[in-house]
Amino acid sequence: MKAADFRYERPASVADALALLGDEDRDAAPLAGGQSLMPMMNFRLAQPGTLVDLSALDELRGIKRDGEVLRIGAMTRYVELVRSDLVAECVPLLALALPHIAHAAVRNRGTIGGSVALADPAAEMPALLLALDAEITVQSPTGTKTHAATDFFLGMYDTALEEGELVTEIAIPVAAETDRFSFYELARRHGDYAMAGVAVARRDGSHRIAFFSISDRALRATGAEAVLDAGGGVQEAVAALSELPFAGDLNAGEATKQHLSGVVLTRALEAL
Amino acid sequence: MSDTANISVTVNGETTAAAVPVRQNLVDFLRNTLGLTGSHVGCEHGVCGACTLEVDGAMVRGCLMLAVQADGAQITTVEGYGDRAEALRAAFVEHNALQCGYCTPGMMASALEYVEAGGQADRAAIREHLSGNYCRCTGYQSIVDAVCDVIEGESA
Repeated sequence: MKAADFRYERPASVADALALLGDEDRDAAPLAGGQSLMPMMNFRLAQPGTLVDLSALDELRGIKRDGEVLRIGAMTRYVELVRSDLVAECVPLLALALPHIAHAAVRNRGTIGGSVALADPAAEMPALLLALDAEITVQSPTGTKTHAATDFFLGMYDTALEEGELVTEIAIPVAAETDRFSFYELARRHGDYAMAGVAVARRDGSHRIAFFSISDRALRATGAEAVLDAGGGVQEAVAALSELPFAGDLNAGEATKQHLSGVVLTRALEAL
Repeated sequence: MSDTANISVTVNGETTAAAVPVRQNLVDFLRNTLGLTGSHVGCEHGVCGACTLEVDGAMVRGCLMLAVQADGAQITTVEGYGDRAEALRAAFVEHNALQCGYCTPGMMASALEYVEAGGQADRAAIREHLSGNYCRCTGYQSIVDAVCDVIEGESA
């Protein structure tokens, strides 16, 4: 299968990219690393009129520490996160999870911003950002807005991103030495989309638990978080997952997703 | 009529200028326009790894990158690994690390990246690095054997 025809632009600045994306006659889509959009175009599930390639926007790349926040440009590739000492030091949960995100050749192209903007329910990054209490900055021709990750992922491939906006930066609080993190996913082949997965963060006795690939979007398990915050055990936390809106996919039905959620949470908590 | 773009790429050391349809992916350009049929096309959605090749020093999926995006890039395909892959080629032959050969160019690309990055002769780590390349013949054992051999040979 090959992509349907489109026009191609590679703007040299964010302002130019936003102008192209905002031109309604173009029916434009932004192209970040292309590791999800290109397959969708090859399947003809996506047929943008114009592809706006963001790869020349060096202003959207880079990883820097800004006080107690790590700021990651949206066009930063996964391979750069994998190799970053700053990421390993400031956001250990990301370092734990990155080797599970797709395969090496895909990490060489795929970007963090692309994953955030796509909001695939089976992708790791949205759940990681929920567990990390991250913020997502988006830019439009009229200015910038910052969303809490908790308010950003709305449904299957659905986010708070509005027409003509671009994700420009992801800001993640720097971990304290006493923070604890855990990540666990079940996939048929290492690097494939998981059948179920979870990221857990514990800070000052307070837990954040975020699942992926169990519903139409990445989800926090607030009931299970409350159980653990109150000193409850693993079994009680797993029981509290029944409130989540599980949804089946091509891999597994709803009941299996619920079962696997308990499995991955148990294993993640054992490793916390 | 598709939009076209003029690109200049250096493939296996040779610089070529071409007008490419913007919807053409990189591996199709290499195979159909340049006649470099060593990179194979399997699934065309980034799952099988048969089209894995090197762009500016990083192994990527040739089906998930457009030819127009490779403008100005240095590309190396299985036809161009030359001395870099000599030990791997010999080890693949010695261990029967291929049967039909369909996955081999992509498998070599991923294995080469692992070896050149200083990867250890650790079967689990090798399997993890090669996890993005499907082989339907060998069961992977002989491929992992070959990669281990190359690493152990280099450190010996």
